[in-house]
This record gives sequence, C-alpha cells and structure tokens, in this order.
Amino acid sequence: MAFGFLAAVAAGGIVMVGLLLTENGVMLPPQASSVAPAVDSLFKFIFWISAFFFLLIVGLMLAFVIRFRKRPGHQKAAHPPTHNTLLELTWSGIPLILVMIMGVWGFKVFLDINTPPANAYEVQVTGQKWKWLFTYPNGYVDEVLHVPVDQPVRLVMTSEDVIHSFFVPAFRIKRDVVPGRYTKLWFRATKTGKFQVFCAEYCGTSHSDMLTFVEVHEPGGFERWLEAASNLLNTLPPAEAGRRLYQSRGCSQCHSVDGSGGIGPTFQKLFGHEVVLKGGARTTADENYIRESILEPMAKIVAGFEPVMPTYKGRLKDQEITALVAYIKSLSGEAQPEGGQQGGNHGSTGR
Amino acid sequence: MAVPVGNALFGDNYLSHAKGWKSWLFTLDHKRIGVMYLVSILASFLLGGVFALLIRMELWTPQRTIMDANTYNQMFTLHGAAMIFLFIIPGIPAALGNFVLPLMLGAKDVAFPRLNLLSYYLWVAGAVLALVSIVTGAVDTGWTFYTPYSTTTNTSVISMTLGAFILGFSSIFTGLNFIVSIHKLRPPTMTWFKMPLFLWGLYGTAIIQILATPVLGITLLLLIAERALGVGIFDPALGGDPVLFQHFFWFYSHPAVYIMILPAMGVISELVSTFSHRHIFGYRFIAMSSIAIAVISFLVWGHHMFVSGQSNLASLIFSILTFLVAIPSAVKVFNWVATMYKGEVELATPMLYALSFLFLFGIGGLTGLFLGALATDVHLTDTYFVVAHFHYTMFGGTAIAFFGGLFYWWPKITGRMYREAWAKLGAFLIFIGFNTTFLAQFIMGAQGMPRRYYNYLPEFAPYHKVSTIGAFILAIGFVIAAGVLLHSLFAGEPAPANPWGAATLEWQTTSPPPHDNFETQPIPGDPYDVDRWVFDREAGGYVLAPSGAAGGRV
Repeated sequence: MAFGFLAAVAAGGIVMVGLLLTENGVMLPPQASSVAPAVDSLFKFIFWISAFFFLLIVGLMLAFVIRFRKRPGHQKAAHPPTHNTLLELTWSGIPLILVMIMGVWGFKVFLDINTPPANAYEVQVTGQKWKWLFTYPNGYVDEVLHVPVDQPVRLVMTSEDVIHSFFVPAFRIKRDVVPGRYTKLWFRATKTGKFQVFCAEYCGTSHSDMLTFVEVHEPGGFERWLEAASNLLNTLPPAEAGRRLYQSRGCSQCHSVDGSGGIGPTFQKLFGHEVVLKGGARTTADENYIRESILEPMAKIVAGFEPVMPTYKGRLKDQEITALVAYIKSLSGEAQPEGGQQGGNHGSTGR
Repeated sequence: MAVPVGNALFGDNYLSHAKGWKSWLFTLDHKRIGVMYLVSILASFLLGGVFALLIRMELWTPQRTIMDANTYNQMFTLHGAAMIFLFIIPGIPAALGNFVLPLMLGAKDVAFPRLNLLSYYLWVAGAVLALVSIVTGAVDTGWTFYTPYSTTTNTSVISMTLGAFILGFSSIFTGLNFIVSIHKLRPPTMTWFKMPLFLWGLYGTAIIQILATPVLGITLLLLIAERALGVGIFDPALGGDPVLFQHFFWFYSHPAVYIMILPAMGVISELVSTFSHRHIFGYRFIAMSSIAIAVISFLVWGHHMFVSGQSNLASLIFSILTFLVAIPSAVKVFNWVATMYKGEVELATPMLYALSFLFLFGIGGLTGLFLGALATDVHLTDTYFVVAHFHYTMFGGTAIAFFGGLFYWWPKITGRMYREAWAKLGAFLIFIGFNTTFLAQFIMGAQGMPRRYYNYLPEFAPYHKVSTIGAFILAIGFVIAAGVLLHSLFAGEPAPANPWGAATLEWQTTSPPPHDNFETQPIPGDPYDVDRWVFDREAGGYVLAPSGAAGGRV
C-alpha cells in the first residue's frame, strides 16, 4: 500500500511537471486577450506553490510511514514530542504570508479584468434560452460576436429569462448575465480567429448547446464585415436574407430545416402544409400563420411541443419577417411552386 | 479500575437488549439511532452513487449516450442533492457521531434522547419528500436551486425544497443535542482540553448547524412562497432580485461545507493518533483550528459570486477571508503528518483511509487556492475545475474520512472484526479510482470545459473517458468494501473491547457496548495517552498496562 501511494505521488509529480513544461501547459487554453497572460502568471505561481506544499506533505507522510512503520524490531520513541509551539506558529505563518500574496495579486489582476478603458467599442449582449444575441451600435443583430483585434470591446449584457454566464476561455473572462439588470464585461483581443464562447451558468435543457464564437477580425476587416452584414436585406434576395437571419437571430437553435426533431417544429415542408395544434385544431401554415408565430408565439402551439418560444415583437422588423417567410417558403418542398407564387404576391403586398 | 477486555456479542449488549422491530423504531438508545442513521445514510450514498455512474456513462461520448438532456439534468441534480443533503451533511455527525459521542464522554446517552429520535424521523421525512419529488417530476435545477430558473422550471421544486427544509431541522436538532451533551454530560475530570478531537470537530459542526441552517430554511421557504403564491422575492419578472437568492443560499451552504469537513477532520485526528500509536501532535492547535474554521466559515460565502456582479470591494474582502480559512486547515494537516513522526505507524484499514484523506484533502485544499484568488477564479468558476476541487474536499475529504471512521468503529458498533486484506484492497481501489476520476477533471476544467454540460466539444472526450473509467474503478472499490463489512456481520471474528489500542473512552467498554454503555463508569484521562495500552495476546486486543509499564510491549 505504501508503495502504491509512493507510485501515485511519483506519477503525479511527473505529470505535474509535464503539464507545465509544455508551451503554456496542457492545463490552460491559448491566450488571446490582453488580460490572459497576467491571469496565467498568477495561475502558475499558485500552481508551483501548491505543488511544493503537496509534495512536502505527501513526501513527509510517506517518509514517516516507511521510517516509523510498525515492524518487528522497531521501537517507538519513549516520549515523542506532543507539540512545538514555535514550529506550529511557523507553519501557520508562512502559508499565511503566501496566501495573502495570492489574495492581493488576484485582486490586482481582477481589477484589470473588470475595468474597461474609456474608449471601448460597445456591444449589447442578450442571453436567452439557449442562444446569444449581439446587438451592434447601428442596430444590427448577430448570433456570433464579431470584434476588431487590438481594440477594447465592452459588453453590456442582460438576460431575457434565467441567469446565464458569458465565458470565453481563451480570453480568461466570464461574467454572469442576469435578468432584470445589466452586467458588464470587457476585453481586448490580441489574436485574430474564432474563439469558443460557452454559457457557464446552468440554464436548463439545452444549456450545453448555448455556444457561439467570438470572431476577431484583422484591422479594417471588422468594419467591412459590419457594413456588409448590416445591409443584408438590401443586397440579397429575400429568401437568402431570410436564411442568414435564420442563422443569426436564433431560429436555428430550436427549428431544424432538414426535418429532424428539435425544441420547435422543423421548417422543412412547413409552408403550405397543414399543422395540428395543441387541442386538436388544424390550420394551414401560410404567411400570416408564420408571422403570428414569430410575434405571438403563444397564440398557436403545435401539438407535441412545449410553449417555450419567446416573442420577437420589437426585435424583428417587418422586412426581416418577410425575408424569413420567404426563406421558410423556399423549404416547403413539392408545395413550392403553388405556395411560392402566392407567397411572393402576399409578400410584396405586405410590404 | 476494571476495564472490560472482551466481546459482548453473546452476552447482553445494546443489540440484544430488546427484540423486535418496535424496539428499534421507538428506541431512545443513541447507539441504535446511530445504526438506523448509518443504514439510511449508506442507502442514500448508494442511490447517489448510482446516479453518479449514470452521469459518467452518459458523458462517455460528446453527444447522447444513454439518456436525453432533460434526464441528464435531473441526474446531476439528484446526485448532488442526495449526496449533499442525505449523505455528506448528516453522515459523520448523525451516524458515527450519534454512536460515538456519548461513549467518548463516558455518558449513557445524548442529553435529549427523544429529540435525537425526532431528528432521525425528520431526516426520514425529508428524504421521503425528496424521493417523492423524484417520482412526481424529478427536479432539474442543480442542487443549488438558483433562481429564477428554479422558480420557472415545471418540475417538483416545491416538494424537493420542502424536503431539504425538513432535513435542515433534523440537522439543527442534532447540533443542539450535541452542544448540550458536550456541555452538560462531560465528566468533571474531562476538561475542554482533555476532550477527544472528534468531539471538538462535532462541537464546531454543531455551532454551524444551529446558526446557519435556519437561513437555508428561510431561503427555501421564500422560494416556495415565490413559486406557490407568486410573491416577488427572487424573480426579476415579479420585481425580485435573483442574486439575492445566491447570497442567502451560500450564507448557509458555504458554512455547510464546513459542517461536512469539520467532523471528518475530527475522525482523522483520532485515526492518525491511534494508528501511529502515539499522542496526537499539537492538540491545542488542532482543537482551536476547528473553532477558527467554524467562525471564519460564516464570512466567506461571497466567494461563490465573484462573477455574479457583486462589487470589487466585496469580492476583495471575501477573497481575503477565504484565504484566511485555509490556514487552520493547513495547520491541521501539518499536525497530522507530525503525529506520525517517531511513532509506530500501523497500516490498518482505517489508517489507509486516513492517509488517503491527507493525500486527497491536500489536493482539494490546495486547488481551493486557485478559486480563492479573484483573477484565476473568474476563469475557473463554473468549470470542471470546481467540480474536481469540491469532490476532492467532500469526497476525498469527508466521505473518505467517513469510511475510515466506519472501518475504525465497526468492531465497536457490530462486535465483529472484518477481513483486513480485502478491506485494504477496497481502500486501495477507492483511492486509485477516485484520482483517476477527478484528476482528469482538473485539466479539462482549466481548459474551459463548463460544468453541468450534457453535450460537450469533442476535444474534451479523452478526459471524460478517463474520468468514466475511474468512476467504475471507484465503484468496484466500494463494492469490495461493502462486501467486507457485510461478510464480517455473518462470519467476522468477535471483536475485542479495544482492537486498535486507542485511549478514548469508547474503547473501554465491551464490543458491542451494553445498553447503558458502561458496566463501570470509566475515568477519563488524556484521550491520547496511548502508551498505557498494551497488546494482550489472550484478549486479542489492547488492555491497560499495569502502572509503571508505560510504553511496554508484549
């Protein structure tokens, strides 16, 4: 048994050294924000202090077990020491000093994490079951957070329903997103590319699918992207603009377009087809039905689904709803020619 | 002084004192109540353990493996709730403490035997309500019941929280009983600093149970009021404040972490001294650190909310206080290691659990430093790093100490010895399985894997697979440990009064003890003066040495 422990400690020690000797360690993700190096330095400081004390405690423990183990011929000391006040004060005092250093160091970096520079670019963040929406200063909304590299970005965040938490491991930042109040977070990305965003506060069924990215653009690239993305409706055919909106505004979280199941009904072969509602009533999915479902989701619940969709009243413009209808229409399969014709007319008169 | 040396299994003892199921269900004997708690708590542990295995099986692949997302969310909630409320919090105090505390005091029973029985039935009522809520719509909120999720989900939150509320009263009454017993039933010659350290641990625990648990009760009632009556307290849609719930909840639940660990530390103090066959090192520092932990534990709850939007100043204060509470824990660890110095270390099964504890609690405590520091906590909170950290403290700490204590006091409770070789194998597999399960979780947590995730990114799959394999090794270890104990009930050798050579009073009566605990009133001395006890081949255990032969050996 003692040798089992010894082997475990040796293995643990080797793994520990191995972990941190590789570039930035296997323990921490790549660094992609201005605060990440400072967080990692503190992490490594605590790591080495901990590794030292752990090996000291377990090493002494094993040494004592082996040296003083009960065995024939071993005589325990007649009067082993029962206390040593100076020694005990020492091993209270040294850890106290070390943890106070950790405490103050941690606070200093924490202040950097929490204090945005004055010139930060501001994006509004909305968390809801189970997607993220990012609203840019010009009103454009996207499901992916696009930001410029090397520029401070400030996020003003709130939730539509329960508590979520905005977490970007590569940036070493996390902040709860709370309904009924605004929480704030800032970062300065130091690398271009796509970085994973998680929801870190448990929020129900699809909590683990509440994922998105931060896409960090080259200098100048961000402005070009925002320009093109914001003019979606003017530059693209309605069905194609609708497809983009379906991706960017959260529809895709619950509604599939390939007939597979989800939180909400699939959009495949929906338009022009009969829908069975909760309670047994039937209706045909036409433009008005879809428009109503987007603006008043509780009005008609499809049989077999939970009434969980939030309203998009005030969040989608008429033109955007029309584009979404056009997109759903384009997915309706064999009903397309007839439905497409009618829909086109309705769509244009609606506008 | 006549000290019994033998076994009372076939004579009069608390087990044979009265027959029939009524003599158990209406018993006022603290030993029988302790045994009933033990059986109930081990059943809860089994239930929580099965949930844990199901969770680990689901996480074998990044997508659906054996259950859907909602079932998974219920599983981790029930795993947490069963383990915390039904197993870890009551485990050591209510089961082992109930059995041992009056014996250690040389008393006949706890101060309020009827209240003790009431505590047990409150525990049963709370547990039954929690089980009912599983059947009627298993809760999916996580054991923390965070609002507004918990006020809006359509599962049985009310019956579950009501269950936790009732369990809280069970805990309060047990704490009250222990405090009064320690104050009033201590023999005159047992001064505070002649009290076994297990009692210091239970005393510190009882203080927290009495002062903190009512806050949980009030919080859960407010939650029920909001759900049932629509009173706006926590839900912002009703004008409430969701973060207020977190403050209330952690005001109890952080001290509760010390309700879990303090008695465990008490057990370890007993084990390390007994199996090093020498006096505990630094008695006063260990005793006082229990009280220090109990006091500071009330002032650290805000460290659960470093990313919830509390002010920077509040976060700083909570961070510093959190680091302060690390010091008394560190002092204890150093003192336990020093106790082995120049002793005679016997690697019996309970000592293997104690050494496991030092190893695992060491990791649990040290990884807490990463979470106490504000900047690193921002990155690590709500990831698997936290999951691994608290399993190292609660499982590697409290549960391991509980099983160490169970193997230590088992001969006293049942009057039977168990097979050492098999028991050691079980302890070893538990140690290996535990580390395999949770070391991997530190790495994936630091990389950013959030907790409570049903689906996960494929890059985390290797770590999850290692973790799942570890969970099954752990389960095999527990099956062996359970088999060893069950086997001993039917085929174990009769246990001597003092099989280990400990000097505390519970070993100065027969195994199992008689109904009134002691035939003759024992005279307490230094609880760690183990040199007066020598092994007697004829008795099969330790007996008091003739005076003047201290430290002698056979």
